[in-house]
Amino acid sequence: MSRSRPHIVGVGESQYARWGKIGDISEHALACLAIQRAVADAGLSMDDVDGLASFAEDRNEAVFLAAELGLPALRFGNMVWMPGGGGGCAAIGNAAMAVETGQAEAVVVYRSLCQGQFFRFGAGGSHAASVAKPGPPTVQQASSLMLASMGFSMPYGLLMAAAAYALPTRRHMHLYGTTSEQLGHIAVTFREHASRNPRAVMGGRPMTLDDHQNSPMIADPHRLFDCCLESDGACAVVVTTAERARDLAKPRVEILASEQGAPKGYAFGPFTNANIADEIYATGGCGEMACRLWGKAGVGPKDVDVAQIYDHFTGCVVMQLEDYGFCERGEGGPFVASGALAWKDGSLPTNTHGGSLSEAYIHGLNHVVEGVRSLRGESTSPVDGAEVCLVTSGACVPSSAVVLGRP
Amino acid sequence: MSERFFPDSMPPPLANTTTLPFWQAAAEHRLVVQRCTACGHTRLPPAPVCSECRSDQSAWQEVPGEGEVYTYTIVHRPISPEQTLPFVIAVVALEDSGGLRMISNLVDVSPDDVSVGLPVKLVWEDMSDELAIPRFRPRRG
Repeated sequence: MSRSRPHIVGVGESQYARWGKIGDISEHALACLAIQRAVADAGLSMDDVDGLASFAEDRNEAVFLAAELGLPALRFGNMVWMPGGGGGCAAIGNAAMAVETGQAEAVVVYRSLCQGQFFRFGAGGSHAASVAKPGPPTVQQASSLMLASMGFSMPYGLLMAAAAYALPTRRHMHLYGTTSEQLGHIAVTFREHASRNPRAVMGGRPMTLDDHQNSPMIADPHRLFDCCLESDGACAVVVTTAERARDLAKPRVEILASEQGAPKGYAFGPFTNANIADEIYATGGCGEMACRLWGKAGVGPKDVDVAQIYDHFTGCVVMQLEDYGFCERGEGGPFVASGALAWKDGSLPTNTHGGSLSEAYIHGLNHVVEGVRSLRGESTSPVDGAEVCLVTSGACVPSSAVVLGRP
Repeated sequence: MSERFFPDSMPPPLANTTTLPFWQAAAEHRLVVQRCTACGHTRLPPAPVCSECRSDQSAWQEVPGEGEVYTYTIVHRPISPEQTLPFVIAVVALEDSGGLRMISNLVDVSPDDVSVGLPVKLVWEDMSDELAIPRFRPRRG
């Protein structure tokens, strides 16, 4: 394509910490900090920012952040209708659409998470207590379509993400012979990448395959080390036009394509929906979207030099690698066990920051940040000459992805 | 009262007007799915429109409650403080339902005996006079 597409020109983050460890600064103050750092990284001023975008489950409304940060005007304030981690790349896509269509000049995409200041995701007991009325158990009014959908999972104790995504992973194991050891290679590889990253919460905690195999079972086949971290922290990404990107502080990164979506009948995915089509039940649900993404980007999986794959659970990484065409369906287990994801000799160095398994769980917006750094040559696990990076958002839910390129 | 497998403190079903009839039938120990009266397509969870022919006309069809395990997970962390661990969540493929599956629990089974393809049958757990939850146990013999 000759048309010049929107660019990412700045990235920034707060410190990352374990769940509940950031208590002295509020979640929205942390959002402001990350936004300011990303804008400074771009060599822009807050006076240049006229858009703020995020994605589902963000508690930090753009209208308040815009006022607090003194934006001259909020021309574009936007949220993605995707579950939590599924929408990070879609928010980048929305920001790109805004600047490309002249609705804004510079949009900052942000995510801040301090679960310790609110409630813990998947905390079934407290959630159950919050909806249950005193007296004998009875059906309760659902206050949203999401909660009515969860009416078909909650009464069975399916509230924890580790259990929800164990369902398609177990099906994948049944169909293709995928093993826990193969999943363990993912966790060990990303932990090794984190060892070079000073931001990584688990940077100082090496992991072996034995450590993985001996970690406690949470929701079979998910052991503790198959599950992502729970973190406190914030990060932000600045998107602007190709023209504006040319003379800023850091090398610009082009958004070659962005896509979001869910297959027919998917709803929230296997968390609440048992009736996803058989052909895509044991997938990340991203296959159809991946075809659109590669078509739009003008590149394919063979052109990808480095990938940042949403890693809420190791099994979801395997299924995404198949969805995006890095290996055949069912071959994801042997593919990861071959060392393909490892920096720096693997065929597809992946999650060079350590991912959600080992850097931090910021709903995957930190994967976009790392995607940018990997193309700028700023990653702590740098892939020499990297020109194309795939970044994905949460799979096994409605998802999104971007392909980034070094112009 | 029927046998009990889970404590009262398990999360209750949440329902809206579209999904409530499922739970009303459950209270009478009838496992029902929605069937489009225009094209015959069945659906679960219930929805106001048929995803295949887009008709808004539907009826409730009782299904026999036999099936097999499509996938499962064995959960080692409690959802409710009083519950016994581990417990089994399964997706059950329901016979005579137009190919539907549902999320449920396997009870009365050792976790070591759970596998994809295991034949199972419905068992109702009365959580109270007003609430019955459909769960499954292995079909034996």
